[in-house]
Amino acid sequence: MGHYAYFVAIFLMVAGLYVTVARGNLVKKLIGLSIFQTSVYLLYIAPGKLIGATAPIVAPQYATYSNPLPHVLILTAIVVGVATLALGLALVVRIREAYGTVEEDQILAEDERRDADA
Amino acid sequence: MLDHLPALQVVVPLMSAPIIVLLRRPGAAWLISTLASFVAFAIAVALALRVAETGTVSYAMGSWPPPWGIEYRVDALSAFMLVLVAGVAALVMPYARRSVAAEVAEHQAYLFYAMYCLCVAGLLGMTITGDLFNVFVFLEISSLSTYVLIALGRGRRALLAAFQYLIVGTIGATFYVIGIGLLYLVTGSLNFADVAQRLAGIGELRPVLAALAFITVGLGLKLALFPLHQWLPNAYAFAPSVVTTFLAATATKVSVYVLVRFYFLVFAPSQALEGVPVGGVLIALSAAAIVAMSLVAVFQPDLKRMFAYSSVAQIGYVTLGLGIANEAALTGSLAHLVNHGVTKSALFLLVGGIVLRGGDASFASLAGLGQRMPWTSFGIGVAGLSLIGVPATAGFTSKWYLIAGAAEQGSWWIVALVVAGSLIAVAYVWRFVEAAYLAQPPAGAAAGEPPLSMRASEAVAVALCVVLGLVTAFNIGFARRAVGLLLGGAG
Amino acid sequence: MSAESLAALAPMVPVAAAALAALLHRAPNLREAASLAAGAVLLACIGALVGPVLAGERPEFVLVEMLPGLDLAFRVEPFGLLFALIVAVLWLPSTLYSIGYLRANGEAKQSRFFACFALAIASAIGVAFAGNLLTLFMFYEALTLVTWPLVTHHGDEEARRGGRTYLALLIGTSTALFLPAIVATWVAAGTLDFTPGGILRGRVSYGMGTFLLLLFAFGIGKAALMPLHRWLPAAMVAPAPVSALLHAVAVVKAGAFCVVKVVVYVFGADGTVADFTPLVTVAAFTLVAASVVALRADNLKRRLAYSTVSQLAYVVLAVALLAPLSVAGAAMHVVAHAAGKITLFFAAGAVYTAAHKTKVSELDGAGRRMPWTFGAFAVASLSMIGLPPAVGVASKWLIVAGAAQAENALALAALFAGTLLSAGYLLPVVYRAFLRAPAAGDSPHGEAPATMVVALVATATLTVALFFRHDVPLSLARGLLEGMRP
Repeated sequence: MGHYAYFVAIFLMVAGLYVTVARGNLVKKLIGLSIFQTSVYLLYIAPGKLIGATAPIVAPQYATYSNPLPHVLILTAIVVGVATLALGLALVVRIREAYGTVEEDQILAEDERRDADA
Repeated sequence: MLDHLPALQVVVPLMSAPIIVLLRRPGAAWLISTLASFVAFAIAVALALRVAETGTVSYAMGSWPPPWGIEYRVDALSAFMLVLVAGVAALVMPYARRSVAAEVAEHQAYLFYAMYCLCVAGLLGMTITGDLFNVFVFLEISSLSTYVLIALGRGRRALLAAFQYLIVGTIGATFYVIGIGLLYLVTGSLNFADVAQRLAGIGELRPVLAALAFITVGLGLKLALFPLHQWLPNAYAFAPSVVTTFLAATATKVSVYVLVRFYFLVFAPSQALEGVPVGGVLIALSAAAIVAMSLVAVFQPDLKRMFAYSSVAQIGYVTLGLGIANEAALTGSLAHLVNHGVTKSALFLLVGGIVLRGGDASFASLAGLGQRMPWTSFGIGVAGLSLIGVPATAGFTSKWYLIAGAAEQGSWWIVALVVAGSLIAVAYVWRFVEAAYLAQPPAGAAAGEPPLSMRASEAVAVALCVVLGLVTAFNIGFARRAVGLLLGGAG
Repeated sequence: MSAESLAALAPMVPVAAAALAALLHRAPNLREAASLAAGAVLLACIGALVGPVLAGERPEFVLVEMLPGLDLAFRVEPFGLLFALIVAVLWLPSTLYSIGYLRANGEAKQSRFFACFALAIASAIGVAFAGNLLTLFMFYEALTLVTWPLVTHHGDEEARRGGRTYLALLIGTSTALFLPAIVATWVAAGTLDFTPGGILRGRVSYGMGTFLLLLFAFGIGKAALMPLHRWLPAAMVAPAPVSALLHAVAVVKAGAFCVVKVVVYVFGADGTVADFTPLVTVAAFTLVAASVVALRADNLKRRLAYSTVSQLAYVVLAVALLAPLSVAGAAMHVVAHAAGKITLFFAAGAVYTAAHKTKVSELDGAGRRMPWTFGAFAVASLSMIGLPPAVGVASKWLIVAGAAQAENALALAALFAGTLLSAGYLLPVVYRAFLRAPAAGDSPHGEAPATMVVALVATATLTVALFFRHDVPLSLARGLLEGMRP
C-alpha cells in the first residue's frame, strides 16, 4: 500500500481543518471538525494492517497477525468524536434558539449591537 | 482498600455523575458532588503523604502489568497536581450551593453537578494516569463536561463561548492524538516510562519531532499558551462563577502538567530535543504572553475579563520557567501552578460574590465597593497582592524562584520581563483598589456581602494566598521534589 | 523578660494597637487611649533592649522558614535598635498630635487612620529588626502598602493622583530594582543574612558589585535619591501627622536605614567590592539640587519635603564615603533629622489647623500669634542647619569629619553648600513669622489645640536634649562600625 493511506489521511486532515476554520456556518464547522477527526482514525488504523495478515487469533494455520491495539484505541476515539459532534449540534440548536441564526458573523454582529445599546 | 486509592481517586467522582443524574434533585446533587470532591481531596492528600514517605506509587489498572495494561502512577509531580485539582474541587463546593442556585436554572442544576463531577474525574484522571492514550480519554471527558458547564452560564453569549471552545478544544485534543499516534508508531508503546525508554534508543527522529510539534500545539491550545489563548477570555467571562473558578485554577494547569511530563520525562532523555529550540520558543511566547496579556488586562471593562486575561499572562510565567529549565526556574514554574491556582480561585470566587449581589462585575458597578462589600473588597486586595507577587504572599515565592533561575543563567532581560509583568499587575490590581476605595458608591447601589457559605470558601482561598507565602512546605517543597524527579532523568 | 522575647514582642505591640483601633471604632476616646498606651508599651519594650544590646547581646529569632534556606528572621543589632528607638520615641507625640489634628480638622475614617498608622509603625520596626534581606524587603513593601491608605486619606482626585505617584515610584523601584538586586545577591552569595563584614566580598566582580550597589541604591526608592524622589512631594497630600511621622521619620528613614544597612552588612562598607564614586556623586547632586528646589517652594509642606530629600542624601552620602566617622555620622543623622523634621512638620500642620495657611508667603507675623509653634520651628531649624544647641550639629560634625578623612572634595563641597542652602530655606520662615508685621486683614487666630502644641514642643525639646545627652544614640551608632570589621 506504500504511503497512500497517509496521503489520504493528510488530505482529509487539512481539508477538515480548513473547513472548520474558514466556514462561518456553525454546522459546517462541525462537519469540518468531524472530517478532521476521521482522518486521525485512518492515521492510526492504516499502519496496524499488514497485507495478508489476519485478526490475532491464535491458531496453527495463521502466522501473521494485524495489530489489534489501534482498532481498540480508535473505537474509543470514535465514541469521543460522536459525543463531541452530538454536544456541538446540541449547542448549535440552543444558539439558533437564542440568536435565530447559525452564522457566526451574524451572531457576533448581534452581540456587538447589544453592547452598543447597553 | 488502601492499595486501590489511585483507582478510587478517579472512580469516586466518575461514578458520582451517573448517580446524580439518576436522582435528579439539586440538593442531593450538591450533597453527592460535595462528598465526592472532599473524598477525592482526602485520597489525594493520602496519596501525597504516601509518595512523600515511600516514593512513587504505581498501580496496575485491572491488574494488567505495565506497559501492557494501563498504569496509574503517583509520583512527586502528579501527587502535587492531584492535591491541587482535588483541593480546588473541594474548595469551591461549599460556595457552589448558593452560587449555582443563583446562576443556573433549577431544572438544570443536577446536570451542572453531574458535569462538574465528570470534569473533576477527567482532570484527576489526566493527572494520575501513566498511559498516553488514557490521557486523551480523560482529556476529552473533562473537555466535554467543561463545554457543557460553560454553556450553562447566564445569557446566550455563554453558548457561543462554549461552542468556540468546543471547536478549539477538539482541534487541540485531536492534535494531541496525532502526536501520540506518531509516538506509538515509532515505539510501539503507550506507557509514558516505556515510551521514554524506547525513544532513547531510536535514531530516526523525524516522526518524533513531528510528534513533539503536534503535542506542543495540541496541549498549547488546551493550556492557553499565547497565542493559542483566544478561546479563554470569553469562556471564563461567561461561564458560571463556580466553573470559572474551577477552570482557572485547574484545567489549564493540568494541561501544563501533561506538557511537562512530555518534555522532561519523554522527550528530554532521547536525543529528540537536541538542536530544537523548544526552550527558546517557549521563552519567547511566554514573554509575549506576560507583557501583552497583562497590558490587555489593564484595559478590560470588567473584572472577570480582566482576571481572565491575567490568567493567560500568568500561564506565561509557568511556561517561562519551563523554557529556562534550570532547577530554580522549574521550581518556580511548578510552584506557580499551585500559587496561581490558589490566587485565581480566590479572585474568581470573590468576583462571583460581586456578580451575585450586583448582577455584573463591570468597573462602573464597582465604585465604592469598599464600603458596600468590605470583606469582598479586602479579599480581592489581598489576593491581588498575591497576583502581583508581594512578599509574604503565595505569588511571591514562585516569582522569587523564576527570577533566581533567570539570574543564575545571567538572562537579565528575563528578570526584567518577570518584574515588568509584576508591575503591570500592580496597575490592573490598583485599578480595582481605586474603584473600590477611592470612589463614592452610586446612590441605591446593591450592598451586603454574599451568604456565609460562599464567604467560607472565599475566606479559605484568601487565607491560603497568604499562608502559602509563609509556610512553603507544600508548594515549594513538593515543587522541589518534583523538579528532582524531572531533572533526574527518566522517571 | 529575655531580650529575644522583648524583640519578638515589639512589632506585635503596634499590630495589637491596629486591631484595637479597628475594634474600637465606635468609641473614639477609648481607641485613642489604646493607641497612646500601645505607644508607651512599645517604648518600654524597645527601651529595655538598649541595655542588653549595648552590652553586646544580639537577640535573634526565626519566625518561619519562608523558602528553603531563607528564613523570616530577626536580629537586633545596634543600628536597627537605634532606628526602632527613634520610631518608638516619636510615635507617642505623633499619636497625641494626631488626636488633636484629626478632631480639629474633622477628618473622616479616623479608625482606619489609626489602624494603618499603627501597622506602619509595626512595619518600620520589622524593617529595623530584619535579620536578612528578604525579611527586610517584606517589611519594606508592607510599609509602602499600609501607608498608601494614609496618603490617599482624603479620597479626592488630588489624593488619588498623589497615591498613584507614591505607589508607582515606591513599588516600581522596589520590584524593578530592589528585588532583582536581592535575588542576584542570593544567587551570588548563597545567603541573605546581614553579616558583619558583608556577604559579597569575593563573590562578585568589581563591575557586578558596582552594578548591584546602584540597583540597591535606586531600588530603595524610599531613600529618595534623585531622580526617583518624586513620590515624597506627592505624598504631601496626606494629613499632617502622616507627613510628620511617616514621611519625615518612619518611611523615609526606613529608606536611608536600608541603604546604610545594605552598604555595611552586604557590601561590608568595603571599597574593594564595588565602586562607590557614582553613589557619592548622585547623593551629592541630590543633596544640593533638592535644597535648591526647597529654596524656591512656597508651599511649606513642599519645602519641607524637598528638605527631607536633601537630608536623606546626607545619610546616603555619609555612608557612601565609607569612612568610619561618616558611617557613624550617617546613623546619628537618622536620629537628628528625625527629631528635627517631625517638629517642622508638626508646626506646619499646626499652622494649617489654626489658620488654614499652607504657604510660606502667608506666614508674616504668625510667630506672634503662635509663639510656641514657631519657637519650636526655630529650634528645629537650627538642628536642620547644624547649629548648636541642637542635635543636628553632632551628626553633621561626624559626617564632615568623615568626608575630610576620606579626602573627598566633592562631598565636602556638597555638605558646605547644603548647609548654606538649608539656612536659606528655613531661616526666612522664622524671620517672616517673628519679625514681619502681619498682613492687613489677616484673621486673628491663636495656637492650635493643646495636644498638638504639647507634641511639637516635646519633639523640639528632644532635639535640644539630644545635643546635651547623646551618649545612647552615639554608642548605638558606633555599634554600626562592628559591621565594617569582618
